[in-house]
Amino acid sequence: MSDLVLEPVQGRSKSASFINDPNVRSIGLQLIALILVVLLGWMFVENARDNLAAQKIATGFGFLDNTAGFGISQTLIPYSETSTYGRAFVVGLLNTILVAVVGIFLATIIGFLVGIGRLSKNFVVRLISTTYVEVLRNLPPLFQILFWYLAVLSAMPSPRQSISIFGEVFISNRGLIIPRPLFGEGTGLVLWAFGAALLAVILIGYWARGRQEETGRRFPMLWVGLGILVLVPLAAMIFTGFPITFERPELKGFNFAGGLRVIPEFVALTVALATYTAAFIAENVRSGIMAVSHGQTEAAHSLGLRNSQTLRLVVIPQAMRVIIPPLTNQYLNLTKNSSLAVGIGYPDLVAVFAGTSLNQTGQAIEIIAITMGVYLVLSILTSFVMNAYNKRIALVER
Amino acid sequence: MKRLLSTFAVAGAFGLCAVSAQAAKLDQVKSKGFIQCGVSQGLPGFSTPDDKGNWTGLDVDFCRAVAAAVFNDPTKVKFTPLSAKDRFTALQSGDIDILSRNTTWTITRDTSLGLNFTGVTYYDGQGFMIRKDKKVNSALELSGASVCTQTGTTTEQNLADYFRANNMTYEVIAFATNDEVVKAYDAGRCDVLTTDRSGLAGERLKLTNPDDHVVLPEIISKEPLGPVVAHGDDQWFDIVKWVLFAQINAEELGVTSKNVDEQQKSATNPEIKRLLGTEGKFGEGMGIGNDWAYQIVKSIGNYGEMYDRNVGPATPLKLERGANALWTKGGQQYGMPIR
Repeated sequence: MSDLVLEPVQGRSKSASFINDPNVRSIGLQLIALILVVLLGWMFVENARDNLAAQKIATGFGFLDNTAGFGISQTLIPYSETSTYGRAFVVGLLNTILVAVVGIFLATIIGFLVGIGRLSKNFVVRLISTTYVEVLRNLPPLFQILFWYLAVLSAMPSPRQSISIFGEVFISNRGLIIPRPLFGEGTGLVLWAFGAALLAVILIGYWARGRQEETGRRFPMLWVGLGILVLVPLAAMIFTGFPITFERPELKGFNFAGGLRVIPEFVALTVALATYTAAFIAENVRSGIMAVSHGQTEAAHSLGLRNSQTLRLVVIPQAMRVIIPPLTNQYLNLTKNSSLAVGIGYPDLVAVFAGTSLNQTGQAIEIIAITMGVYLVLSILTSFVMNAYNKRIALVER
Repeated sequence: MKRLLSTFAVAGAFGLCAVSAQAAKLDQVKSKGFIQCGVSQGLPGFSTPDDKGNWTGLDVDFCRAVAAAVFNDPTKVKFTPLSAKDRFTALQSGDIDILSRNTTWTITRDTSLGLNFTGVTYYDGQGFMIRKDKKVNSALELSGASVCTQTGTTTEQNLADYFRANNMTYEVIAFATNDEVVKAYDAGRCDVLTTDRSGLAGERLKLTNPDDHVVLPEIISKEPLGPVVAHGDDQWFDIVKWVLFAQINAEELGVTSKNVDEQQKSATNPEIKRLLGTEGKFGEGMGIGNDWAYQIVKSIGNYGEMYDRNVGPATPLKLERGANALWTKGGQQYGMPIR
């Protein structure tokens, strides 16, 4: 029986040429295409290198070890004029990440509030939310950044007339200045105490939730948690004799000396990007909530859940499945839009590295390649995290 | 992002076009019929559009002088406004033929960017501008100050060097364009605005109350500003270089736009005759007309005229000749001999 079965797909007739084998053909064609692409890329690189050499333009990545020789107004890691271009790159990168992270955090909060507000039964709330979305998403982001920058700057007094809050915090057109914590001996123990307190609160939280699910008895989590978080580190501080002190900002000459400073460029950029992106997030949230069938709300109400509980426990968790994918896009947009920082002098990656460093070294191709690579990696990382989250909350079909 | 893209396009241009296959710059310029000249985005006295949209200024006039030498017509120039950051890429990629944009001549730029500086149209130095009510008389009192400047300039490094050398602290806020720098300074974001002193004189005019501000006496750097061309075309390099020398020589010989016709006809001084092309054939060596210098002086004037018209004491910038006076008058402007 089996001898007589024809095998037209797998069995290749020995007389036919192997060129006619569909598998060989498809692999062969793909191989040729790959070789062509690689060759084209190689030609591109070689040609660029030849041309740059012919014009005596410096090439290579050696410049990263050279002294940068310029100052940067906001540095999250120690940096001075004698640091290298490589270090300047890291400073710029961290500044970009700072804006992206803080911006995404704020945009998400504002976006959710406004998105829910657009569906509110209250006319005024609905009107405000709608106006917010329509105005902010229809204005170009660079314009909004400049608006915030110049608006913030012109509203603020000069350092000598700065607004003082209890003589500890100062607000002026040089930014927000707060006392800087100085960590003395014994800080380690306090930090350990804080970590332990945090761990304890998380564990108690798990226990409390389990108990509520089993018995229905609630536990005053908020007060207990806060109490542990405050009292345990405080006890450690008393035990070690208050190792953390604060350096007070003092007006010296032109500016404040000492203290920590949040520069106005950072505030303007973050606020502008957060409010702009929030307008889009609000629309995503609204569409997500509207995608949840009204029957779910009615069912929740009939179980006796209040409005806020219905929203928090029934509607939003289901809406999240619709919200997350477009939300990822908005996070990526915010990160990429942060490159508009150069317009207001915030030292982000583009301003510091693809700006000043590029101009001083003249190595456009290398620097732009690195910068693009960084944005690519940042975006892919964001997508990765968001996709993982999406997978976790996705509807599990049984 | 736009800047990123344009720089990337430049990278692409390097990747795709072979330099060796390019024709001589002079032939290219002649066949397209105009010179593409890179200027600033608006610096009074050097390159700025007037209320009718015509470009004016010292840097602009220099490009017109080159056009006069090449085409016998100073209007055959098109201007490309460039930020400090984008200027060199524009020249490297061949988007512009000359960069005449108050650009400081430094060894890095001359040797590693694929560029050639052709001379110095303005000897300058970096200075500081500050509000009068801050009651500061010297740059050495600036410790702790916030300083606004433009990114992509030599200014940023000079600033760092100066404050470091004098053991002073500072905060630098670098913006992409001049206008943003001026706006931020005007809004009080920084105590000090720093750039070349000629630039300060120009920027000051853009402030709400120019008289409330003062330029401090210290000059913290050497800033020889001049035109730039791309590496690899000696003929074009020669032309641009000698246009400036011709203008300086004309001033030294007393040839002005007003008397140049008369001088060409009746001058007996052999130096003037060589300059104006009635003796010798000096244009030939550069591939342009022998009356090249006559055309320059006729339409743009000599160096002194160009200076006085754009930045001199009679203009809003009120800049004295100083280092830019002729070498015979105690300055540094010195035209190589035409012979």
